[in-house]
Amino acid sequence: MLQNIKPLILKKNYLKRKLNKTATYRAIVIGTSSGGLYALKQLLPALPKDFPCPLIIVQHMSPHSDNYMSKMLNEISQIKVKEADEKEAILPGVAYIAPPDYHLMVEPDETLSLSVDNKVNYSRPSIDVLFETAAETYHRQLIGIVLTGANADGAAGLLSIKKAGGYTIVQEPEDADSPAMPTAAIQMSKPNSILTLKEIIKALLRPGFVMPPR
Amino acid sequence: MMTPQATATENIELELLLQAMYLQYGYDFREYSRAHIKRRVLYRLSQSGFHSISELQDKILHDPVFFEALLRDLSINVTEMFRNPDFYKSIRKQVIPLLKTYPFLKIWHAGCSTGEEVYSFAIMLKEEGLYERSQIYATDFNPDVIQIAKAGVYPIRHIKEYTSNYQQAGGTCSFSEYYRASNNSVIFDQDLKKQIVFAAHNLVSDGVFAEINMIICRNVLIYFNRDLQNRVLNLFNESLVNGGYIGLGSKETIQFSPIASKYKTIDSKEKLFKKKVE
Repeated sequence: MLQNIKPLILKKNYLKRKLNKTATYRAIVIGTSSGGLYALKQLLPALPKDFPCPLIIVQHMSPHSDNYMSKMLNEISQIKVKEADEKEAILPGVAYIAPPDYHLMVEPDETLSLSVDNKVNYSRPSIDVLFETAAETYHRQLIGIVLTGANADGAAGLLSIKKAGGYTIVQEPEDADSPAMPTAAIQMSKPNSILTLKEIIKALLRPGFVMPPR
Repeated sequence: MMTPQATATENIELELLLQAMYLQYGYDFREYSRAHIKRRVLYRLSQSGFHSISELQDKILHDPVFFEALLRDLSINVTEMFRNPDFYKSIRKQVIPLLKTYPFLKIWHAGCSTGEEVYSFAIMLKEEGLYERSQIYATDFNPDVIQIAKAGVYPIRHIKEYTSNYQQAGGTCSFSEYYRASNNSVIFDQDLKKQIVFAAHNLVSDGVFAEINMIICRNVLIYFNRDLQNRVLNLFNESLVNGGYIGLGSKETIQFSPIASKYKTIDSKEKLFKKKVE
């Protein structure tokens, strides 16, 4: 199945395509589950302190976990990493992680909200819930990224981002610790780019994509 | 493709729907967080066969039964017995000893949903020897969930998890003493209901009804905007006796609210606050 989809993706040309447009991105949402902590440990510390976008992240975790993950990621990153609080204003250069056992949503006024609504895709927090609400607020000024994970959460949300005109990236299944989540996202949303984690980091740092042009 | 214009139109339709529901039925969701309300309304829309929120509004205005279905969608009924056991543990350790100094106690569960946490609290009070001198008010805006709470009958499939929560919460007996199993349900001991009053109360529109020693309101404020949060906290403040307690959900706080200076934090992780004696 993957082989059928891959040739459709303009992997090499994705930046050229974007540079020709004038879309500036105002937010990045990331969804991941199994293997996600390792991936985030690579990705977040690679970003400079003045990274021009906020990152809003759902990492599936046990409802009983504490905020160790955001604390640890904050310690090793130049950008600020924190557990998301309700009613918090979304600011550039900050990574917000969904708290365990809460859905994380983006409000139309660009603040964050939380809910203990039913699980979606057996998950709370659910990537779909974050992605769908973020797409409603940021439309084409949003980048959605699905990283490693073991279920199908995030696929429908990534499709919403694509439908709203946002830019969608999925980690190459072969590069992912758990390929199921990237595979599901690729099949459902036919993302703009399928990249390795290293390439995703490179893209986020390249001038003229998210970073300002040189 | 979902354009910004389409979203803007949909958001206008949503505002009008909330206004219509308020004017027609008196339920006021206008100060709830929009992302949550919109997800719920769009879910109802997807189930309904209508094509827009405006069409849904027409139906809601003219069909009270349909409105009730939406009302059920809009209330959050995700709860469990001894949810977040550490919360109860902390109450046992830091609040109960002080509650024991009162001859009579009033406890208010605001937004009690289907009642699991009310029975949990009742069990804890019983084990601490406080139940007989307590009056528990369990309120919610949704009359359906109050009926479920009153019945005290829950699906048996959760009982293993509840038992484990009970033990982690510092339970001193065997959890099975408090219920009997029947078919696929567990029926909680009738005795636990003796001191509980179940009633409809809407935090958005209703006022103070008693002098309360402890208010438990968990994962309700997160759905409200700041103004409404502050008004509800003010209602809590007016309801509480000096030295009374508030217990909130793990991501809720009274810090940053106008009543913050009147309270001291008893447990910052479990979100327990005590009203200062003036």
